[in-house]
Amino acid sequence: MSAQFMIEAEGLTKRYGDTQALAGVDFSVPAGTILGVLGPNGAGKTTAVKILTTFATPDTGRGTVAGLDVVTQAAQVRQHIGVAAQDATLDGLLTGRQNLHLMGELGRMSRADSRVRASELLERFELTFAADRVAKGYSGGMRRRLDLAASLMTRPPVLFLDEPTTGLDPSSRVRMWEIIRELVAEGVTVLLTTQYLDEADSLADHIVVIDHGTVIAQGSPLKLKEASKGARLHVTLSEPHPDAVSALQELVDGQVQVSEEGRLLQAAVDNSPGLATTVVRALDRAGILVDNIEVRQPSLDDVFFSLTGHPAAEPETPILEGVPA
Amino acid sequence: MTTITALPNVSAPRGQLTLRDRVADVWSMTRRNLIHISREPMQLSDVTIQPVLFTLLFIYVFGSGIPIPGGTYKDFALAGLLLLNLTTSVMGTAVGLSTDLHEGVIDRFRTLPMWRSAVLVGRSMADLLTASLCVTIVAMAGLVVGWRPTTSIPMVIGGFLIALFFSYSMSWVAACVGLNSKGPESAASFGFIVLFPLAFVSNAMVPTQGMPGWLQAVADWNPVSAVTAAARHMFGNPNPSANVSAWPMQHPVEAALIWCVVILALAAPLAAHIFRVKTVD
Repeated sequence: MSAQFMIEAEGLTKRYGDTQALAGVDFSVPAGTILGVLGPNGAGKTTAVKILTTFATPDTGRGTVAGLDVVTQAAQVRQHIGVAAQDATLDGLLTGRQNLHLMGELGRMSRADSRVRASELLERFELTFAADRVAKGYSGGMRRRLDLAASLMTRPPVLFLDEPTTGLDPSSRVRMWEIIRELVAEGVTVLLTTQYLDEADSLADHIVVIDHGTVIAQGSPLKLKEASKGARLHVTLSEPHPDAVSALQELVDGQVQVSEEGRLLQAAVDNSPGLATTVVRALDRAGILVDNIEVRQPSLDDVFFSLTGHPAAEPETPILEGVPA
Repeated sequence: MTTITALPNVSAPRGQLTLRDRVADVWSMTRRNLIHISREPMQLSDVTIQPVLFTLLFIYVFGSGIPIPGGTYKDFALAGLLLLNLTTSVMGTAVGLSTDLHEGVIDRFRTLPMWRSAVLVGRSMADLLTASLCVTIVAMAGLVVGWRPTTSIPMVIGGFLIALFFSYSMSWVAACVGLNSKGPESAASFGFIVLFPLAFVSNAMVPTQGMPGWLQAVADWNPVSAVTAAARHMFGNPNPSANVSAWPMQHPVEAALIWCVVILALAAPLAAHIFRVKTVD
């Protein structure tokens, strides 16, 4: 079996009724790395995960996990994977510990092994205090951690995490990231889907950007950021000035965007040396007072925007965007 | 510090699940359903409180107005109460499976190398255990109010077993309904729309001879009537249906067994099929 790639997708397509959920998706994940599959809601991320975890069969194309075909060797594939789906899939009427034991039993672990493993995971994911409580009463973050623990019961070498932090509060989110990093450090291969660009940026070794069922870009987070060359200029004025836009216009690419009642000007720029100095001088010549000037390297948000022409979906609760830049 | 992962614990890819694996999975799923019951004991009210209530209501309220040729209403009623309670309680199977399917926990089972049908078989096993509890409670309530079987102990046990067999077969019908339903609430309505008429348009609580002709024909061929008549026959209790010429009423034990086998043979594979379809996309 090809030990080099733990997960491979080749030309996966899937149609649900009138919707082409996947229109030919290729990627591969080397052992012991994290692939971030990035895309807005409905881009096809979950469909790709469903196919690779044997939940769904592709219309065409081929998927392998640990060298096993996800269609013809589905049963063996299931012995190598752990899956934490978008909605935590726990039995709410069982306690945390009972949930883990059930997964262990159904995953063919011996009773003793399952017991030890469950205690170990509960301890590790800081759930020991709630281990014997019914899972229905868990908080969102606890439920996600228990869900992840459940997927790890059988020590799977390949882990699929479908939007593991959607809806979590910032501290649970950071805790989840730490856990994922620890797992990878121990050799687990992870495929992670996310709509959060910072999540992909901070966790993934390699990113695949999916939109409308096709891969529109892939590479390391750094490479993707480089790909959308150019930076963004943010200028904050002391007070709005009628000549500000015209003074800036010749120094930037494209349109100058004005916001904050005329105080904040933004534009795409070439990242040329001395740009900030040039801008300040030009504004000074026009008699405009500048409070702040910043040349920002592109974020994955910018990359996403330049690739798709639309912004990445934002979560309903502003988990990431609350932090002032 | 413990290591969270190691090499795959299944180094050699395994082929088919062994019978042992399947039995273990069924046991895991059965236990899961029993834990559910222990968490929400009111789930059991239809096999605990309801049987006692029905026994008292029918025997003391209706019993006074329904003459039974060759015996008392309470001796007549017990087998009927057994079937009435068992038939209506299979609604729990429909609701339970529908809940499982809509809460996503089955999604997780699907990622495990388990025998998928264990979800259904485990459920039916747990239901068989609650049905046994129901039978025990009906029998005790009956004994308290004065029901007396007149045959041998093996015959009486045989009567209970036929009733349980029917309940088991019906739980697979309920599984089909539950798996197909839009949600637990619509699964519950199945009880009122299908199970109650099924239980009542029968010889369970009244002799069918008093019904309008067409309704009596339906009642005499109703599987519930066959099983009730079989149980009455085995308990040695008054069985007015013995005077009805319809074949199942003349051969109640054979008819009951045929019904149970046929229902199970149709419903179990159908439920497994629906489950496969519903859990693969």
